[in-house]
Amino acid sequence: MTLWNEGDAIADEAAPDGPIETRWERRKFSAKLVNPANRRKISVIVIGTGLAGGSAAATLAEAGYKVRSYCYQDSPRRAHSIAAQGGINAAKNYRNDGDSTYRLFYDTVKGGDFRARESNVYRLAEVSANIIDQCVAQGVPFAREYGGLLDNRSFGGTQVSRTFYARGQTGQQLLLGAYQAMERQIGLGNIEMFTRHEMLELVIVDGKARGVVVRDLVTGEISTDLADAVVLASGGYGNVFFLSTNAKGCNVTASWRAHRKGALFANPCYTQIHPTCIPESGSHQSKLTLMSESLRNDGRVWVPKVGNDKRTPGDIPEDERDYYLERIYPSFGNLVPRDIASRAAKNVCDEGRGVGPGGLGVYLDFADAIERLGQPAVEAKYGNLFEMYQRITGDDPYETPMRIYPAVHYTMGGLWVDYDLQSTIPGLFVVGEANFSDHGANRLGASALMQGLADGYFVLPYTLANYLASSSHDTIPADHEQVVAARRQVEERLEKLLSINGDRTVDSFHRELGHIMWEYCGMERTEEGLTKAIELIRGLREEFWTRVKVPGTGEQLNQNLEKAGRVADFFELGELMCIDALHRGESAGGHFRAESQTPDGEALRHDDEFSYVGAWEFTGTGQAPTLHKEQLEFEYVHPSTRSYK
Amino acid sequence: MDIQVRVWRQAGPSDKGKMVTYDVKDISPDASFLEMLDVLNENLILSGDEPVAFDHDCREGICGACGMMINGVAHGPEKATTTCQLHMRHFNDGDTIDVEPWRAAPFPVIKDLVVNRGAFDRIIQAGGYITAPTGTAPEAHSTPVPKPDADLAFEAATCIGCGACVAACPNGSSMLFTAAKVAHLGLMPQGQPERATRVIDMLEAQDDAGFGGCTNMGECTTVCPKGIPLTLIGRLNADYRKSVRGN
Repeated sequence: MTLWNEGDAIADEAAPDGPIETRWERRKFSAKLVNPANRRKISVIVIGTGLAGGSAAATLAEAGYKVRSYCYQDSPRRAHSIAAQGGINAAKNYRNDGDSTYRLFYDTVKGGDFRARESNVYRLAEVSANIIDQCVAQGVPFAREYGGLLDNRSFGGTQVSRTFYARGQTGQQLLLGAYQAMERQIGLGNIEMFTRHEMLELVIVDGKARGVVVRDLVTGEISTDLADAVVLASGGYGNVFFLSTNAKGCNVTASWRAHRKGALFANPCYTQIHPTCIPESGSHQSKLTLMSESLRNDGRVWVPKVGNDKRTPGDIPEDERDYYLERIYPSFGNLVPRDIASRAAKNVCDEGRGVGPGGLGVYLDFADAIERLGQPAVEAKYGNLFEMYQRITGDDPYETPMRIYPAVHYTMGGLWVDYDLQSTIPGLFVVGEANFSDHGANRLGASALMQGLADGYFVLPYTLANYLASSSHDTIPADHEQVVAARRQVEERLEKLLSINGDRTVDSFHRELGHIMWEYCGMERTEEGLTKAIELIRGLREEFWTRVKVPGTGEQLNQNLEKAGRVADFFELGELMCIDALHRGESAGGHFRAESQTPDGEALRHDDEFSYVGAWEFTGTGQAPTLHKEQLEFEYVHPSTRSYK
Repeated sequence: MDIQVRVWRQAGPSDKGKMVTYDVKDISPDASFLEMLDVLNENLILSGDEPVAFDHDCREGICGACGMMINGVAHGPEKATTTCQLHMRHFNDGDTIDVEPWRAAPFPVIKDLVVNRGAFDRIIQAGGYITAPTGTAPEAHSTPVPKPDADLAFEAATCIGCGACVAACPNGSSMLFTAAKVAHLGLMPQGQPERATRVIDMLEAQDDAGFGGCTNMGECTTVCPKGIPLTLIGRLNADYRKSVRGN
C-alpha cells in the first residue's frame, strides 16, 4: 500500500537573496506599510498567548491594530512558555568570548544538523540582541553580576556564554513581561482577550484565512470570529507522546485544523527528546518534569561501568564509574547537544547500565561542583531546580546524585512557513514552536525562548503588515457559506464525540497512542517499527471513534470533551509523524534512523538525498499524504559532519 | 494506599453544591495529588459519572493553574508547594481528605473545583507593567541594576498568580499578589517613572474587584507556593503612602 505520494517542489519566495547580513534589513525595507490611521480598522486574531503569541499580540496592538487573542487557559499568563527554565540566547558578546551574530547563526545551523533555512536562522541571530534590550526595558529581572550588569551562562551545544537567565525560571519571567505588555493593551482596549476559549476550526474565504471557530470552554458556546488575518501561536505537539514535559493542555488542534484546510505541515518527525528529565515513577504518571539542561554545566553524567550494579551511587568508587559523555565527547563533555546526550543515555541503559527502578535512568552528579564552588554557589544557580527534584522524588540532590532520563520536550516540526512566517494559506501566519522554521532537525538549548520572542516582537509585526497592506479588507458576512460550513464541522464533530458513549476513556486511548509513538517514533526509529506503528495507530484511531466515552454535554465546562477533540487530532498527527520518519531514510538531529549510522553509532546524514524540508499536504484521514520538498541551500555554513568529540 | 476523598461538587455557578465522598484505592505514594484525582476521574467516567473538574496545566508548579483547599489548607499540607507538586507520600493509608475550591467572592466557582480568577488579570491591567512598547528599548547594559535589588525583584516576580493567598486570607484580600508585582517593578530602575501611579491604580482595581482589606494576618505568605514574603506588603504600603502624601 502506498503510504505517501510525492508532489511538486516548493520554495520560500519571501526571502531576499544576496548577502545574508543584509537580507532582513532589505526585506523590512521592501515590506509594505500600513498607515497608522488605517491600522485601527484592521483586525488580527492571535491564537495562543505564550512567548510568541503574547509578544505578537502586544506588539501588534501597540502598533494600532485591533487584536483579538485567544487562549485555552484561564489567563494568558499560564501559557506553557512559563515553564521554560534555563535561559534565552542572545549574541551580545558580553563575555568577550568571541560571540557574534554570525557565530550564533553558525551554531544554530550546525546544531540543527543542516536542516534549517539559512536566511531564517541568520535573522533570528540578528534580532536576538534586541530581545534582551526589550525584556530589560520591561523590567524582566534577569540574573545580574555584583556590578549590576547582566550575567550569562553557557548552555548545551555551544562553547560561548551567551545565555541570559532568571534563575531556573527564565520562561516565567519572559512570559510575564509579554503578558504584562498584553494586559496593558487589554486595559487600553486594543486587545480583546478571550480566555478559556479553544480554536476548533479555521475559516477560509476566497483562499485566504479570515477567521476561526472557537468554543467557549465554560459555556460550551460555539462562535465564529472573522478578521483580516489569523496568527497561530499555539505551540508544539509533544503531547502526542502522552508523557512529555509539555503542559497537560498543550495540543496540536489549532495547527492540525489549519493543516486539514491546506496548510502544509513540515518535518513532523523532528522531535526533541530532552536528556535531563525526572524518570517515570509508575503507571499513574501524567507528565514528565524537565530538569533544565543548564544543570549539565556543573553536573557530571555517569553510570556504573558494569551492568546491573545495585550499589547506591555513593558506594560506587570513582574508578568504577563511567562518565560516558566526557569519555566519548572529550571536547564538549557534558555539554553536547540534546539529541546526542539523549541517545547516549538510551545506549548505556540499553546496555543494562541504567540506574534506578527499571534501569531507565542515569546519574547527574553535583558532588564535584559542590566541592569546587561551595554549596551556596550551587544553590544560587540551581536552588529551585534542586528543590523541585527533591519535592518530586523525595531525594536530596545535594547529598545524592539526581537520576535523569530523556523525555519528549520540544517539536522542531510544525506548520510550514516562508521567510515572512506565512503558511501556504495566505493570511495565516504561524509563530513560535507552532511553525517549523528555525531549528532544523534539532534545537539548541535556550533557543526556543529566543525564537518565540523574535517572531512575536520583531519579525511578524513587519511581515504581517506587508500582507495587510496588500490585501483587501472587505467585510465577510457572518452567514457566508464558508463560515457556516466551518461552524457546522465543529458542531458535528463535537456531537459525534459525545454520542459514541463507548467503554474506554479518552486518557486510556491517549496513553496507548503515546506508548506506540515512544516505542517506534522516539529516540531510535526503524523502517520495520515505523511501518508497524502506522498500522497500530490506524487501528487505534478506528477504535477511538467507536469506543471512546465522553460523559456530560457540550453546553458546559467539559474537560473530557476538550481532551477528546485534541486526542482525535493527535491520532492523525501521529500517523503523519511516522510517515515522515519512515520516508526520511537518514539520521539527522532528533531523528535517528537505526539503518543510518556511522560504524561508531553516530547519526549519519545523507545530504545528497535528504537536504530538504519535507512539507506534507493533507489529502484525507487515513489517506496517503503528498510530500512537497523545499530544497535547502547552504551558502554560508557548509554541511559537515557534526562532531562534538 | 487506599484513601477517601470528600470533594466539592457543583454543576455550575448557580448550583448550590455539596461535598461528595469517593473511595480511591491502590494509589502509589509517588503519585501527585492531581494524579490521584486523575485516577478518581477515570473511575468516575467508567462508572457513568461526570469526572471532577479542576484546573491544572503544567503540573510542575509554575503555571499557577491548579489550586484547591486540601483539608482546609490552600495547596495542602506541604510548605511552599503547589497542588500539582504535592505527592501522596505526605498522606497516610486510610486518610480521608477534604477537597474544596478557593472560596473568595472575587473568585466565583465555575464548576466543582474550578474558579474564575480573572480579577487578578484586571489588577495587572490597572498598572502591573512597565510601559515599554516594542522597539524602543535602550541597550540592556545602559541600565545597571544593583544585584541585591535585582535578586529581590526576582523573588517578588516569582509569584505564579494561583490565588492561594486570597483563598487563605480571612478577609479574602489579594494584597500579597498586588504587593509582589508592585515590589518587582518598583525595585527596578525601569519601573520608577510609573511607580507612584502604579500602586494607586492597582489598589483601586483590587478594591473594585471586591477583594478584602489586608489586616496583616500573614496567612497568605504561609500558603504561598513561592514563599513570597509578607514584608513586600510593607513595601507596598510605603509606596502607597509616598504616592498619596508625598513622603
